[in-house]
Amino acid sequence: MINSSSDNVKKLNSINRRMFIIGSCKFFIMIGLISRLFFLQVKENKKYLTLSDKNRIREWKLAPVRGEFHDYFGNIIAGNFEAYQLHIIPEEVEDFRYVIYRLKDLLELSERDFKKIIKKKNEIKPWETLIVSDNLDWIKFSKINNQLYDLNGVKPVISISRNYPYKEIYTHVLGYVSQANEMDIEKSESIKKNFVPGLKVGKVGLEKSFEKKLIGSNDIERYEVNAYGRRISQLEFQKGKKGQNLKLTLDTEVQQLANELLKEKSGSICVMDIYTGSIIAMHSSPSFDPNHFVFGISQDDWQVIRNNPMKPLVNKTLQGTYSPGSTIKPIVALSALENGIIDTNFTVKCTGKTEMYDQTYHCWKKKGHGFVSLRNAMKQSCDTYFYEVARKLGVDRLNETAKKFGLGEKVFGNLFDIEKNGLVPSTQWKKNALGKGWLLGETIITGIGQGYIQTTPIQLCLMTAQIANGGYKIYPNIFMEDNEKNEPKDKFTQLFQSSTNIKIVQDAMFGSTNEVMGTSYRSRIDDPIYQFAGKTGTSQVKRITERERELDLKTFEIPYEERDHALYVAFGPYKNPRYALSVVVEHGGNGSTTAAPMAKKLFKLIIDRHSIRESIKKDRYMDT
Amino acid sequence: MYQHTRLTKNRFNLFQKFRDFDYILLTCILLLGLISLMTMYSTDGGKILFHTKSHFTKLIVFTIMMLIFSFINIKYWFLIGYFFYVIVIGLLVWTYLFGIKSSGSQRWIDLYFINLQPSELMKICIILCLAKFFHRMKLENVNSIYTILTSLIIILLPMGLVIVQPDLGTALLIAISGIAVLWFAGINHKYFLYTMMGFLISLPFIISFLKPYQKLRVLTFLNPDRDPLGAGYQIIQSKIAVGSGGIFGKGFLKGTQSYLEFLPEKHTDFIFTLFSEEFGFVGSAFLLIIYAIIIYRIIAIGASSRSYFAKIFCYSFGAAIFVYIVINMSMVLGLVPIVGSPLPIMSYGGSSMLATMIGFGIVMSAKVHNQQPIA
Repeated sequence: MINSSSDNVKKLNSINRRMFIIGSCKFFIMIGLISRLFFLQVKENKKYLTLSDKNRIREWKLAPVRGEFHDYFGNIIAGNFEAYQLHIIPEEVEDFRYVIYRLKDLLELSERDFKKIIKKKNEIKPWETLIVSDNLDWIKFSKINNQLYDLNGVKPVISISRNYPYKEIYTHVLGYVSQANEMDIEKSESIKKNFVPGLKVGKVGLEKSFEKKLIGSNDIERYEVNAYGRRISQLEFQKGKKGQNLKLTLDTEVQQLANELLKEKSGSICVMDIYTGSIIAMHSSPSFDPNHFVFGISQDDWQVIRNNPMKPLVNKTLQGTYSPGSTIKPIVALSALENGIIDTNFTVKCTGKTEMYDQTYHCWKKKGHGFVSLRNAMKQSCDTYFYEVARKLGVDRLNETAKKFGLGEKVFGNLFDIEKNGLVPSTQWKKNALGKGWLLGETIITGIGQGYIQTTPIQLCLMTAQIANGGYKIYPNIFMEDNEKNEPKDKFTQLFQSSTNIKIVQDAMFGSTNEVMGTSYRSRIDDPIYQFAGKTGTSQVKRITERERELDLKTFEIPYEERDHALYVAFGPYKNPRYALSVVVEHGGNGSTTAAPMAKKLFKLIIDRHSIRESIKKDRYMDT
Repeated sequence: MYQHTRLTKNRFNLFQKFRDFDYILLTCILLLGLISLMTMYSTDGGKILFHTKSHFTKLIVFTIMMLIFSFINIKYWFLIGYFFYVIVIGLLVWTYLFGIKSSGSQRWIDLYFINLQPSELMKICIILCLAKFFHRMKLENVNSIYTILTSLIIILLPMGLVIVQPDLGTALLIAISGIAVLWFAGINHKYFLYTMMGFLISLPFIISFLKPYQKLRVLTFLNPDRDPLGAGYQIIQSKIAVGSGGIFGKGFLKGTQSYLEFLPEKHTDFIFTLFSEEFGFVGSAFLLIIYAIIIYRIIAIGASSRSYFAKIFCYSFGAAIFVYIVINMSMVLGLVPIVGSPLPIMSYGGSSMLATMIGFGIVMSAKVHNQQPIA
């Protein structure tokens, strides 16, 4: 009993001692757990809270609303319209097969489109949106709406999309938008930032150049999602910013007239304000409807555009380089006057052809013009006179003047990435580019705008404008905003040494249009309000052989590709000039018969609209 | 005086038994039950669905069972010690032969009203068995080879049966319950030290014997980010849930991690994660304190018990419960690798709750009958 009780005491001592050891261990472990909890929940709370939000919140970006383009009078020339679309969320549809076949019937989908939709459906998650149709016409859209009771899970949606109300009128200025591809995303930071599937971005023209301003910013929807990515509830809707609206200096009516004049023809018309440099119209023909591109152009439409021999995809105003032909003569004359080579009394006898450097150079008039002075030579566009002047002047001095007046370099700088430089040759240029010495014969033909010299229609227009405004430098622009702000410093620097020389050239151009024997006399307007002065040009596409010269074929008798380009540059009203224009009709035959009559119609409209334009300008100043 | 006390105590009438209840322990258990019900309601998405109903039923049934067990004299618990052990060993063998297979392991017996997991019961009955084994033993005999070998066999036999299920986690918890008893019985410190060292040394060797999924768990524990969507997913999401709870939590029924189904196993092993997300540091600390009080009460009951059996049972049970809680929480908080171990009472699962409630019942019985000597 004593043994047993002493053993009991020992046992009790042992167990209590051990309990104490374990108890203290427990205490410290408990403290450990609490501190771990404290660490996670209090100290690192922010980190885990962020992680938890990252888990549960997902953002959905919606396509931003693109900024609009307005013309000078505020008409929307590239706007947004509500596209009727049809969306389906597959998991919300009870019987997907039934619904999709019903839709196939209602929308009259082709077998190919239908297969595409089925394929798309299989690629996406069942709770993601399937776009069945992105641009339905109103009839089909309302048909679907009427049948909705039968189409469980189909959602008619109105979405904002690009629209060009004037169709082909502005295509070459604005360009067009289309679905962004990987290249677009890679190249542009703003596209990358705002990208959503199906985003439309500018592909060419101003739409492309001003992507950054136009694109705007996404609407953002924040949803709470579960572990499988399904949306549970919308937490937030952040309205995006609409892209900036851009106002252009263009006049839709003039643009429309230009389009009409060049209908069925290939060519370009541009009109410019000779003081501000504002572009009033800038059209290249043939054009195409940019609306086709917004939802992806069909293969057939694309082939029609691509295979058109008149090349609708080329913006001829900026990209087309032409020999200026006789339209260069005002510059040749000015250059010669400025350099003191000739004066107004200088005369040349034109016999229809002249022998220089063992070669025969022909005047366009076989019989010759007889004795001609500068004014008459310009008026009748005598080639022989200008051969002689060019010979005396030399190509390098001509080059200097031509460059001053805007030839040989991009008019809009980097605004359009497609714009061409054109080419004004010089002896140095030929040595560098071709590695050959300059031939004197080449100077002769440069004097009548043939040979190496290449100009774009917009350059010709700028050249004419700068002659018309009395010889002062201007910077053509197409945006209203640029008119006041950041004007280049050398705007209105004078490009001449003696203003009389400019006057002489202007007067000669007046004669060319408004006096008997003038090349564009038939296109003149007698009313001094509209009276304009101009210079025709006919640019040879190929060398005329002796045989052809003998035949003296009429324009319509020559194959289209071999016909001459018709050119015309002009400014008006003559008494108080304000606008300059250039007209180029590819393979149009003769400048005086094809291009000059267009100018007549244009001036009529432009000058009529001048006062409206001015009144708007006044309003604008009143506002600010 | 002594006589008098004995007499009155001997009567053991119902009224007296009620009076001798440990009301603090009972309150804490009921509070825990209530919290677990709330949490279960939250896991069901704020609706009374299957898990909530089932948990509620079990809670009621097993609490009543616990109260009934409290009235059973501690000496009868002593009597059935070995018998209970043999029965559960039988059940484990039965499980091995005819158990229900689910997700690659065979752990359950279908009893129609409940799927019984005998390995959970083993956690409690190994304590009962070993406590009985050491009750009469003299201290000098405790460290004899015979005693140590016998007790090791008692522990290793059920462990083996559980490991083959396979369920390493529960097997380890059974071992820990058994080892706790050995410790309190007075087995020499040295043996524990040696075993511990031996275990640590052979750890790399043991790991090479682990099943691929178990190895993965260990690797994942060491670096959860090595496979964030696969093996590391549970632990990462669990830490995010707990961490995002903050001081006061996201609020009842507002735990986004669990609602949006980022949390795996939220009913069972990861129930604390959900609770912690919704009630934050304050709630979690509160829960830990309740557990601490329960453990403290169990130890206190053991200390006030007259019989060595009751003492050893209470101490060991207290230690075992503590280990279950610590392992579960450490797992959830990313402190130990993931082992399937439920949180007592909180986790959904009948067998675990049954075992825990039996334990509480016996402890309560020890309190009510704390003057009962056991022959």
